[in-house]
Amino acid sequence: MPDGSPNPKYKWIGTRPDRPDGADKVTGRARFGADFNLPGQLIGKVLRSPHPHAIIKSIDTSKAEALAGVKAVVTAKDFPEQANLIVPTGEMQVNLRDITRNIMAREKALYEGHPVAAVAAVSEAIAKQALALIKVDYKVLPHVIDVADAMKPNAPVLHDGMITEGVNPPPTKASNIAKRVEFNKGDAKAGFAEAEIVIERDYSTQAVHQGYIEPHAALASAAEDGQVQVWSTTQGHFQVRGFCAKLLNLDTSQIRVTATEIGGGFGGKTVVYLEPLAIRLSQKTGKPVKMTMTREEVFRASGPAPGGNVKVRIGAKKDGRIVAAECTVEMQAGAFPGSPVGPACMCSYACYDIDNVHIVGFDVVSNRPKVAAYRAPGAPISAWAVESTLDILAQQLKMDPIDLRLKNAAKKGTKTAYGVTFNTIGMVETLEAAKSSEHYKSKPKPGYARGVAAGFWFNVGADSSAAAHVGEDGSVTVISGNPDIGGSRASLALMAAEELGVDYDKVRPVIADTASIGFNFVTGGSRVTFATGLAVVNSVRDLIRECKVRAAKIWNVDPEAVMWENGMAKPAGSNVGEFEPLTLAALAAQAGKTGGPINGHAQLNVTGAGPGFGVHVCDVKVDNDTGCVTVGRYTAAQDVGTAIHPSYVEGQLQGGAVQGIGWALNEEYIYNAKGKLDNPGFLDYRMPVASDLPMIETILVEVPNPTHPYGVRGVGEVPIIPPLAAVGNAVARATGVRMTDLPISPPRLSAALDAAAPKMAAD
Amino acid sequence: MSEIQYRVAKNVKDACAAMAAAKGKGYILAGGTDLLVQMKSGTREPGVIVDVKKIPEMVSIVEKNGAFTVGAATPAAVIGEHKKLKKTWPGVVEAINLIGSTQVQGRASAGGNLCNASPAADSVPAMVAAGVVANIAGPKGKRSVPVEKFCAGPGKTNLKTGEILVSLTFPKRGKDASDAYLRLIPRTEMDIAVVGCGVSLTMKGDTVKDARVSLGAVAPTVLLVDKAAKALIGSKLEDKALDAAAQACSDACTPIDDKRGTIRYRTKIAGVLLKRAALIARDRINGIEHRGHR
Repeated sequence: MPDGSPNPKYKWIGTRPDRPDGADKVTGRARFGADFNLPGQLIGKVLRSPHPHAIIKSIDTSKAEALAGVKAVVTAKDFPEQANLIVPTGEMQVNLRDITRNIMAREKALYEGHPVAAVAAVSEAIAKQALALIKVDYKVLPHVIDVADAMKPNAPVLHDGMITEGVNPPPTKASNIAKRVEFNKGDAKAGFAEAEIVIERDYSTQAVHQGYIEPHAALASAAEDGQVQVWSTTQGHFQVRGFCAKLLNLDTSQIRVTATEIGGGFGGKTVVYLEPLAIRLSQKTGKPVKMTMTREEVFRASGPAPGGNVKVRIGAKKDGRIVAAECTVEMQAGAFPGSPVGPACMCSYACYDIDNVHIVGFDVVSNRPKVAAYRAPGAPISAWAVESTLDILAQQLKMDPIDLRLKNAAKKGTKTAYGVTFNTIGMVETLEAAKSSEHYKSKPKPGYARGVAAGFWFNVGADSSAAAHVGEDGSVTVISGNPDIGGSRASLALMAAEELGVDYDKVRPVIADTASIGFNFVTGGSRVTFATGLAVVNSVRDLIRECKVRAAKIWNVDPEAVMWENGMAKPAGSNVGEFEPLTLAALAAQAGKTGGPINGHAQLNVTGAGPGFGVHVCDVKVDNDTGCVTVGRYTAAQDVGTAIHPSYVEGQLQGGAVQGIGWALNEEYIYNAKGKLDNPGFLDYRMPVASDLPMIETILVEVPNPTHPYGVRGVGEVPIIPPLAAVGNAVARATGVRMTDLPISPPRLSAALDAAAPKMAAD
Repeated sequence: MSEIQYRVAKNVKDACAAMAAAKGKGYILAGGTDLLVQMKSGTREPGVIVDVKKIPEMVSIVEKNGAFTVGAATPAAVIGEHKKLKKTWPGVVEAINLIGSTQVQGRASAGGNLCNASPAADSVPAMVAAGVVANIAGPKGKRSVPVEKFCAGPGKTNLKTGEILVSLTFPKRGKDASDAYLRLIPRTEMDIAVVGCGVSLTMKGDTVKDARVSLGAVAPTVLLVDKAAKALIGSKLEDKALDAAAQACSDACTPIDDKRGTIRYRTKIAGVLLKRAALIARDRINGIEHRGHR
């Protein structure tokens, strides 16, 4: 048990108790997606397209269906057509017409790994054999993988009817450009005319996978009366319910989804892949159907986050004041529209107070798996370009990179290019915290050089429901409906304990299934501790209100004459009368006589999410002969609002930084000339391993969010944004060579160093 | 569903007979760190699996007249704990200990690493540089070949049906000799060599008396690079000799462009690693400790 909160305002908030799910996870008792089984279950497997782009002329499933042990085969025919309707999913938007085509290809296979059929059989071996017996007649079409190629006039077009949105007048011809977005503030042209120095560069990043350890898994059981139960590893079981109801023409109340413990999601588990297939197979067979993806399937057909091309142009005065900024982002959407190009554009310059900004983005489809959310979707890509360019500016102006950012930092009242004016934010405080850190004040070790970069994320609120139930002994269960991927149960329990005035270990947080609590939007957008936290606080306040009513009954006084303090009902003043305080246990013992069980609940649409800012400092050493980069020291500073459970806030900063470092150095989807992914496994898709990294140091800058009772801001997204440029800027300063294309893998950096060597020798 | 037979061989003769009877559908199970992964991915579909871990001579290390014979299935972790072998052949033992992760080390073996016939195998370039000999048994008796002649191409050995790799013999070694193995991996662990380089040196004073140089992952099989060795022999490992040997290494490369590295990169790194490995081997002769992978 911790010693008490470092924050004098609080008893529990700011302490670091063990997480409620911790013991089960270290002993192996916790059950993840693939751990759920039912008697008599069948195993479902998916047949996937070997071609990146092909017309499906016909599918013959007769031989597979005739194989002993095969109970059902489904194809697109088994799923109803959907309307062209956009629905939100976490921080992304999806079109139901596209989702049904993504879970099961209809007219065309649009990427290697695209599902074309699924089988349920009595064993995995038989299911696999059955897949081999399904005959698909494909007409292979030319494919396009790269965004720049996909935007060319002669590129193979994925969707015949796709006319670019956001262009006036609309184009007459279909193309792979789904949408153009534009953001304007001030007059960029006039701003550049005023500039004394202008830097312009082109950048690119590759597609990366979220890399969660746990592959997708779902178990579905459809009963004879039409009721369906699903167990799924997901960031949003209400989302799974909603999507499956739409995709299968069911009422949401017919589907009950339980979220299992989740082995990482990072945004990639906010969509459905297996669940609708498992339900349909279960409906057809009358048996439970279990489906799990292999790692190869996870890489080929789930996630990833997009890659993109970014052009940046920044104009400044000689004193470092930025007077104009432009940026163009071309982003991979995968096979269907809906890349996070919007947030990428909006975040690009959000850290800075710039009068004249012009941003354009393009959402571009190509023969890749449909992209999914990944921590701060889109933002790392534009930040990589903007923060690298700012580093060039700082070098040319001979300014400290933090001072340059301080000179231009957004603050309360700054209007962003996307129209929002900031309330209380912590960009300046975070820059100052980084600048005054021991890390930044000490020189890099011999052989090392230092890079700095910043990042911004909105954070979101949205719909949450919560309930607080008092047991007959006075202990409390807090019920919410968001899968816990970052320690949110601990944070919710801490806030409930603080609000209620009882000990943390008297509050048990649980995550209810979709039939046992009101609607909750997905775990995403760094919203759970903030928004569901607010629902929990409100449910506890409702519970306290009820407790006061019960005490008033017992004392025969007005409820207004009762106050709640330190977990007890007390008379609000001496004029109320002399009464012994009533604890939760005492109130619970008499609950039957005062009105029955004592519960509180709350439901709300939460607005007012506080944006977060991060500043990262990175020291690297480069082996000039091999191009290998060693990260020697790394510090992540972030405006985190109030840190409810500081260890898990630090964990978010560390995890995000590590994923960003991987993105910068080695991670990339590698496609061969045939349009097939060449590295669908952790051996050749290189995420960092523990020995690649130093301990990530963290600085929590606590600027409370004024719209939340405990000042909570989301923290999970921001930390993946700055690392790409923090690493790249450090590499540039270590070698004198500016890398503009990610990843900075040894072969790429070595080639760039060798190309620059004659020029540098001449200089 | 095809049937798989699992057989535990009690001795080498048993194992050879089982493999001969399997008519090309037989696979040896030592640690299984490659075979099980390949079965799972569907790239190998054995009819018969012959487990050789119960054969004493295949899981032991024997020293005779200064030479070591290491059973082909001896776990890498056991090899790493053999003090005398490690002192005599630090480069090879270090290479064997680079295979997989700590957990994999408990099962993986040098023999398995060789029989998997990957050009990127870590232990193989080190064994080639060390002049290790592979001892083979088969229906027609025993034979021995140098390790560099063992593999035919990626995933293919020169073993004939019914033949198995029994053990590996490390030659006798003088005090004025040592070896080193370096590999380039983009990460620090849990990775596969983009290039591997083994160097074995015998010195007389500060002059190289004898040398063997090998390269992995730059050609269909691990290469013994005689030209690089010749450039080192007679030198004092001065820059000129190292540059010439590095150039010989780069010239010997016939790599491919793939997801793990480009032709340009592999060709360059072959030379870089040669220089570094040669200096580490010399340092070891001079009693200077070294550890590292790049």
